[in-house]
Amino acid sequence: MDLLFDPLFRLPFVAGLMAAIVVAITGLYLRLRAEWLAALGFAHLAGAGGVVGVIIGAPPLAAALGASVIAVLVKGALQRSGNDVYAWLILFGWAAMLIGATFTHHAKILGDALVDGQLYFAASAELWATLSIAAATAIALPLLSRSLLRSELFPGHDRTNGRPLWPVTVGFDLLAAVAIAVAALVMGVMAAFALVFIPAWIAFALAGSWRLAVLWSGLIAAALYTVSYVTALLADLPFAPVLVAIAAAAAPLRLLSKRLGPRPAS
Amino acid sequence: MQRNDPLLRITNLEAGYANPVIGPLSLSVHAGEVVGFTGPNGAGKSTVLRVLTGEARCFAGDLWLAPDTGVACQAQSPYQGGELPLCGGEVFRLMGASPEILPPALRHLLPLRIDRLSGGQRQSILVWSVLGHAGRLVLLDEPTNNLDATGRELLISGLRQLDTERGALVISHDADFVEQVCHRIIKLTPEGRPSEEIRLRQAA
Repeated sequence: MDLLFDPLFRLPFVAGLMAAIVVAITGLYLRLRAEWLAALGFAHLAGAGGVVGVIIGAPPLAAALGASVIAVLVKGALQRSGNDVYAWLILFGWAAMLIGATFTHHAKILGDALVDGQLYFAASAELWATLSIAAATAIALPLLSRSLLRSELFPGHDRTNGRPLWPVTVGFDLLAAVAIAVAALVMGVMAAFALVFIPAWIAFALAGSWRLAVLWSGLIAAALYTVSYVTALLADLPFAPVLVAIAAAAAPLRLLSKRLGPRPAS
Repeated sequence: MQRNDPLLRITNLEAGYANPVIGPLSLSVHAGEVVGFTGPNGAGKSTVLRVLTGEARCFAGDLWLAPDTGVACQAQSPYQGGELPLCGGEVFRLMGASPEILPPALRHLLPLRIDRLSGGQRQSILVWSVLGHAGRLVLLDEPTNNLDATGRELLISGLRQLDTERGALVISHDADFVEQVCHRIIKLTPEGRPSEEIRLRQAA
């Protein structure tokens, strides 16, 4: 129990908590755009970038972020939305990550860390990365939110008024890609995916408005993360599988939507 | 911009996607008038609006919007009522519209999630939030889709009371609705050519 309050574990806890909340709120917008598979796509490509970084002697975090940015630019150039682009990123990133991990011992360690999630080894670089992306999200997402929502309900409205949509979508994709890449490096690919997908999935059912959905998503992610962190530490279990299992076990929360709010009109 | 200049002027427009599907077509929308655009399914009615949104290609002719007009655009949305935690009041805020424009009979919908409304109630929220947008040119594509008799009557009343500084282009296959709200109607043939222009009433 003393481990929970050990200063050594404060830094990874805070880094992971920031990443969890940011990717969960980002996940809400990815779900809005039917692009929730983005988490796995960006996470796998970030992993591949990190492994390639180790092989060529570049910092893994920077290489992972670089790979994510390249993925966003390629997606922007293809002018496609939806999950099919991310399916290709998953396949390509997974193959590159695992093949790359066979080349050097350090690359293999990083590859394993991305699969298992080595949250407790998060250092100050990861903490600064998560704080930076949290700050960027807090500033940029409120600016992008209205346009992202409007483009779903009123397609063409902004373009008709001389406001092209691509700066909004590319800006959001960059934010999501970097947030997911950082989360994947901090807590593992599948844990990052679970935090993108599950809090938003529950919030979509429970919240009575978009504003409340943002709140629900962040709170659910923070709660899932904290419970998983404590459970993994006390039971001496790897963090990522514990988080994924606890997040999956939270699925019945969606059933509360039957008790909350009005039902669809006939 | 001169007082008599139109808000929208289309001159000999031929538009489509891989190939032209509509035109040549000329029309204008002035402040104080509602222009209807009707025709059978597949005639290319929505293509005109898609030229404005950049989704369709202009092969020939010209499409001119008055500077600083501002456009309130309701294209046919891909959103068909899937799970979405967005309430009616938030839809109005997205368009910068005041909920006051919504007829009292529909105001109870504002706090409700739009995915938990009926198709007609949802359509009312979307169309009225567009009418509440500040743009002087209103573009409506099939605004009566899913509306019941009451919702339709309310919309007819709203369009008839449109501010005289604003103009509207209404695309619809609902001939009765178009006749009730429009000052002029342009009918399209199934091949996408204008067949006739009918003047129903004097613009304000």
